[in-house]
Amino acid sequence: MSGTNATTPILSVERLTMRFGGLAAIDDLSLDVPAGKITAVIGPNGAGKTTFFNCLTGFYKPTVGSVRLNHPQRGVMRLEALPSHQVAHRAQVVRTFQNIRLFPKMTVLENLMVAQHNQLQAASHFSIAGLLGLPTYRRAESRAMEKAIGWLKRLNLIDKADLAAGDLPYGTQRRIEIARALCVDPILLCLDEPAAGLNPRESAELNELLLHLANDEGISILLIEHDMSVVMNVSDHICVLNYGRKIAEGTPRQIQNDPNVIKAYLGEEDADEELHGEASL
Amino acid sequence: MSGLVFASDGPTAAERFKDAGVITFIALLLGIPMVGLTTVDQGGALQVATRWPLLFYCLIAVFLGRFVLRFSLDQLKQRKLASDRAAAQSGQSQAGGGKWLTLIGWVALGISIGLPVVYSDNRYVVDTATTVLIYVMLGWGLNVVVGLAGLLDLGYVAFYAVGAYSYALLSTQFGWGFWEALPVAGATAASFGILLGWPTLRLRGDYLAIVTLGFGEIIRVILVNWTDFSGGPNGISSIPRPSFFGLPFKPPGDDPTFASFFGLEYSPAHRIVFLYYLILVLALLTNLLVKRLRKLPVGRAWEAMREDEIACKAMGMNVTNVKLSAFALGAMLGGFAGVFFAARQGFISPESFTFNESAIILAIVVLGGMGSQLGVVLASLVLVLLPELGRDFAEYRMLLFGAAMILIMIWKPSGILSHREPTLRYAAKGGQA
Repeated sequence: MSGTNATTPILSVERLTMRFGGLAAIDDLSLDVPAGKITAVIGPNGAGKTTFFNCLTGFYKPTVGSVRLNHPQRGVMRLEALPSHQVAHRAQVVRTFQNIRLFPKMTVLENLMVAQHNQLQAASHFSIAGLLGLPTYRRAESRAMEKAIGWLKRLNLIDKADLAAGDLPYGTQRRIEIARALCVDPILLCLDEPAAGLNPRESAELNELLLHLANDEGISILLIEHDMSVVMNVSDHICVLNYGRKIAEGTPRQIQNDPNVIKAYLGEEDADEELHGEASL
Repeated sequence: MSGLVFASDGPTAAERFKDAGVITFIALLLGIPMVGLTTVDQGGALQVATRWPLLFYCLIAVFLGRFVLRFSLDQLKQRKLASDRAAAQSGQSQAGGGKWLTLIGWVALGISIGLPVVYSDNRYVVDTATTVLIYVMLGWGLNVVVGLAGLLDLGYVAFYAVGAYSYALLSTQFGWGFWEALPVAGATAASFGILLGWPTLRLRGDYLAIVTLGFGEIIRVILVNWTDFSGGPNGISSIPRPSFFGLPFKPPGDDPTFASFFGLEYSPAHRIVFLYYLILVLALLTNLLVKRLRKLPVGRAWEAMREDEIACKAMGMNVTNVKLSAFALGAMLGGFAGVFFAARQGFISPESFTFNESAIILAIVVLGGMGSQLGVVLASLVLVLLPELGRDFAEYRMLLFGAAMILIMIWKPSGILSHREPTLRYAAKGGQA
């Protein structure tokens, strides 16, 4: 990512609070997400991780606080004020879902074409150029196809291109969802438990992919994950949430030794030595 | 568990007997008051008489009937299972099925073009075929909203009515011709589509169905009650018929007519055949439009929205526009069909636009297989022709109709043609490379 200063964070969350009635799902959370790095958000179930994602991507309107994106071309954007489709389209912050949300009856390739809807729709000029089959539209369509096919090849999905997405195995669907998100051209990719339900070999492949995206493609990655083999191996930076509050932040090494984190996950203060082993599994 | 394991082998003879026996017992319970006992008039007073032998014959018929029905259903199920297995093994059935469907489509097109030539002297056949085509066009229009975009619309007839009344009013009040009124009526219907779509953007499934149902009724009630505007329950009559590029279908007079211009002998069949070809052309244009739109970004967006609206938003899609475009296009196509309907009938009243019509059009889409264009044609044939063929059965007509629908839904739960053709293929684009 040329033009991005490594020291300025790509995303700064300030004093974010999300209340549902009396319950504060996120309580006064501040967080900086460094550009071009992999940041993990971890925490026990119900800690507010997915709510945090929903606030970032416009699905929830936070009660208090701001989410600032440093877009390399468009400058500072306030994500909390954008509707969800603008977050993906204009701010290029794209997310995946904890419970996979593909378009199950459409083929894998179609799924990836839908992700490029905005460019294609613009090229089809209210569908008129598309209906007439004008060359401008045809060129845009084949460019979109090439991009989709490119990602499918890199994620080893190309032999599944013409199959209905919903009929494929779970691990494959996870990869398709990531491929689809990549077709939106994200600068910040938010992955909600991408390793859930993957076998050890598949999650090792996922690690490789995430490192490749961050290091070679310059895509900043924000990751919610329970699988510590993924979190500890790929993250540059980890933020731990519990009951909507940030209880720790730092490098994987620091987090593994943080007494607050250990307490949050296991509830007890004793037997420190065993717990280190547990966390690094 | 054992039931699961042996399910593929079908039930044993004992199970079949038991099943038929249970059904016969139920028939017995129902039959005692309904068949077994009857009242007879004896000297001015009503007496209860018994008909046990008749009941006995009925029970035997029920027992045998159930036995045969169960047997044939199981047979059907097993054959389907076997063919599914074979399809899964070969994996070629999809492509082969697609080829078959294309062939059926072309044959259907050929028949529909040739039909009025063969039956040019049979007004009933051409008229019925015209009705089928109106429903085909309505089905294709609603298919955009329900089949592709997945928005359950129970008030589709409202747009049909808007189209019909637009043409009726424009022609009777302002003297507009069919071809001038067609786009205006279509645009009016489309704006009504947006009018319905806008407040219902956040609704889905059952809730949307209720609102659209209400919308359909609102339009009908307005048409019934706003007498100054729509003629109320009396409707609008003497709507001008469409002419052949300015040549009217009339007995020879001072002005050139269709018959005199082409040097033909005047026949009222000319207009019937012309109307048939007119709706055929309109329907084919609709088909072409919807087919092409489906392969464009907007069509894929409709289908994606049907599959998962939240994922669409996460991909940066403006769901509002996608929804409104589906509503507007579906309404416009319904409006076109309405214009044709008004021009063909020459008289319209709110009677023609009841909920019943919406239900039939929706049934066509669902029965045909959501999103399938050819399925809509087949379902329209079934739904229009069955009541026509059933005329000999008089009051049992609707019973026959209902039974046919139930049978189709058992045989093909996701519609007659549920196969979905992808909008683009990697294999087609030199995928081997």
